[in-house]
Amino acid sequence: MDLFNPAFWTFMAVIAGIYVILSLGLYVQFSMAGLPNFGHVAFMAVAAYTMAILVVRLKVGLPLASVLGLVAAVLLGLVLGVPALRLRADYLAIATVAGGEMVRYLAMNFPGLTGGPLGSIGLLGPGDIATYNDGWIRSLNRAGGAASALLGVPVSRDLVMTILVWALAGLLLAAFWRLERAPWGRVLRAIREDETAATAVGKNVFAFKLQALVLGAILGGLAGLLLAWHIGVFAPDDYQPTLTFYAYLILILGGMNRLWAIPVGAVLFSLLYTGTRFLDFYPLSLIDSGSRAFLRLFLVGLLLVLFMALRPQGMLGNRRELLLER
Amino acid sequence: MLAYLAQLFLNGLITGAILALTGVGASLVFGIQRVANFAHGEYLTFAAYIALLLNVGFGQGIAVSALGAMAATGLLAVGLHFAVLRPLRGRGLVALSLITTGLALMLRNVIFLAAGPQIRQYGIDQSAVYDLGLVRISPGQAVALGITVVVAPAVALFLARTRLGKAMRAVADNRDLASISGIDVDRIGTYVWLLAGGLAGLGGVMFGVVQGTLEPNLGFQVLFLIFTTVVLGGIGSAYGALVAGLVLGLAMDLSTWSGFAGGLDARFKPVLAFAALILLLLYRPQGLFGKARVL
Repeated sequence: MDLFNPAFWTFMAVIAGIYVILSLGLYVQFSMAGLPNFGHVAFMAVAAYTMAILVVRLKVGLPLASVLGLVAAVLLGLVLGVPALRLRADYLAIATVAGGEMVRYLAMNFPGLTGGPLGSIGLLGPGDIATYNDGWIRSLNRAGGAASALLGVPVSRDLVMTILVWALAGLLLAAFWRLERAPWGRVLRAIREDETAATAVGKNVFAFKLQALVLGAILGGLAGLLLAWHIGVFAPDDYQPTLTFYAYLILILGGMNRLWAIPVGAVLFSLLYTGTRFLDFYPLSLIDSGSRAFLRLFLVGLLLVLFMALRPQGMLGNRRELLLER
Repeated sequence: MLAYLAQLFLNGLITGAILALTGVGASLVFGIQRVANFAHGEYLTFAAYIALLLNVGFGQGIAVSALGAMAATGLLAVGLHFAVLRPLRGRGLVALSLITTGLALMLRNVIFLAAGPQIRQYGIDQSAVYDLGLVRISPGQAVALGITVVVAPAVALFLARTRLGKAMRAVADNRDLASISGIDVDRIGTYVWLLAGGLAGLGGVMFGVVQGTLEPNLGFQVLFLIFTTVVLGGIGSAYGALVAGLVLGLAMDLSTWSGFAGGLDARFKPVLAFAALILLLLYRPQGLFGKARVL
């Protein structure tokens, strides 16, 4: 892999942008409403699977299938969330991570519906290779062609995707920045800090938590759709619980309760994650490229522990306003 | 038909025994620490690979290897307790859940880096099968069964009769009350970690021996079974975990019996355990035997 290959950097930029949206979903649930959702990855999985199955099997158009994918993510949030919202924080964490694993196991073990361990490629059964993102590629190409004609410089498909993802991420960040300062966000913060007090002034705590959960599910599902469109193929093992913890690390790097720090955290994380493949000097050169993945995951764990232990406010955050004392 | 049922029963009994032993340690730890330890599964993996090193690398017998692995894992658990978990006590549920998750990722991937992702085997004959008339049993299963018959009653007796065992249960049940009664809560906490690490170590080796193969995801795959055992038995209740482990192991294997509404496809055994865990947390967080109280 070449350090100066622009294709690599656009790819990384797209992934970082998708991580921003994924982490924003977690931010709404965890940082704003105080719900430690450890199974965030399930929203990605359910949205991507619903979309792909509808497109490949039932020949539903991509836009409608994608909307239905988001609906499925919301439904999962409701099914898992409505009862789980009553749980204590660490039980909620266990229940959600178990729920996420359940989704992954079911995807793996219903080959008739999901393509089994092969993932989206096996959706049409053995022998047929299923693709679901033709429509997406076509529209990106069209947009790239139009932009090239307009600007007079070649605009690649991946560049269009980069701009699109980051524009969407920016828009969503701005919207939630606004929402956090609106009455709705203030109520959520009150619930996070003191549920009893919020109830005492007449706020429906359950309804607010549920709204945060559903908004987070939509954002998680959106990230799942974007990733699925971009990569073009996915399998149950792409939705390991570790993906949820990438999002947590991104939040922590940026400071847990700083919305504007999410993109900073996402870019730092992506640099760290992809950057380890360029560290080719001794003693790291002893580790072959196949094992680098384990090194990366080790680093994710190490950073999680270090930041939670030594600097829970993140690199940019303010220690005074933290939700970690419970 | 009867033989098949008996076979399922035996398999379930063995899985259940491993879950019971591991669950006792996890439950006591949960009780004293008051936070779920997401790294507990990796203690099993660690032990399984230490035993592999001793067994295959240094040519020791499986019993010696298991003992060595138990000791090493006990020390690992105590070490992490002193280095990470005790200094950070009081950080809150979410922070500690994330920290133990980070520890789990670190441990698992160190094992991946050190041992490689390939599937490994202990140096025991995997092809032999003892035919006991009604049921057939592999050498690995026989070893596991033998260990269980010795260790499970020993653990139960230790917890019931010895001063240390009683103190452990007291601390896990109610830390403040134990402290007021003159129990050195910090010291007992260290012993609990040692016991939990040792039992997790034993469980890890037994899983490796029973399955015949091991890979670095072994512990993570059983983590939720251990959590289910702990919650089913009532958090902090050692006896509860002993019984719950057996119940869960039997339930998972017997649910695949075709005489039982056609039987559950074996692939869905983990899903059954996950669903049980979520439902238990929701509707009976005090466990099957526990009294309702604020946890």
